[in-house]
Amino acid sequence: MSHKGRSSIAAKRRAHAPAFAALGDETRLVLVAKLCAGQPHSISQLTKGSKLTRQAITKHLRVLESVGIVHSVRTGRESRFEFDPEPMEEMKKYLDLVSEQWDQALSRLKTLVEN
Amino acid sequence: MTEDRIEKRIELQAPVSRVWRALTDYREFGEWFRVKLDGPFVPGQVSRGQITYPGYEHVKWEAVVQKMEPERLFSFTWKVDPKIDSKETPTLVEFRLEKIASGTLLLLTESGFDKIPGDRGLEAFRRNDGGWTEQMKNIESYVAQRS
Repeated sequence: MSHKGRSSIAAKRRAHAPAFAALGDETRLVLVAKLCAGQPHSISQLTKGSKLTRQAITKHLRVLESVGIVHSVRTGRESRFEFDPEPMEEMKKYLDLVSEQWDQALSRLKTLVEN
Repeated sequence: MTEDRIEKRIELQAPVSRVWRALTDYREFGEWFRVKLDGPFVPGQVSRGQITYPGYEHVKWEAVVQKMEPERLFSFTWKVDPKIDSKETPTLVEFRLEKIASGTLLLLTESGFDKIPGDRGLEAFRRNDGGWTEQMKNIESYVAQRS
């Protein structure tokens, strides 16, 4: 592994960690699942059918917003939240990169032990 | 998509004892991982070294060896670039070995990508970005020389 700059990997890992962490919560995953269908939702819509209070839902939305997974759009007096796919695509790209580096390292290991 | 771990399995046509040595002898590990380590791996102790991949010799290696269960499990936590932020939470790398008819089944996992604190992270990313561009150039010139 190592090569292609583990320091680049380090940087990316740091950049993506908050997004990984933000998604490591069931409520937030449910919110993302609702929003990634494409339509912006108001807090009331997102609270409907949930056992959580409006305040709690808002808090979770703010966490997602802080890592760019959702954005709030104001229409009149109401905030609506919409999904932004980019951070999750970036996270996937990053994991793919780490994965590829392991493939290369393990193939060197294979050569070493089989010869 | 929210999975925060890498998993690999690879079959090696070599005895478990051979694979164990390639993983845990610090010189052999360094050969395939491309790092020059200062000394042997000892559970509970920090392992330090320097990346040997051309263009990245300035990148430090720092890990804490977790488990060494002979011919079964080798694991360490790994800070990718300790220079940048000493408080960075490391990821956990685990190698599990299993004897199979053709030799050894090696299972690798790297996990904990969600544990790195946020704000500091973004800052480190920005600081490091210029360095990465620089390194890409190094790689390019290295490849050009060799071809």
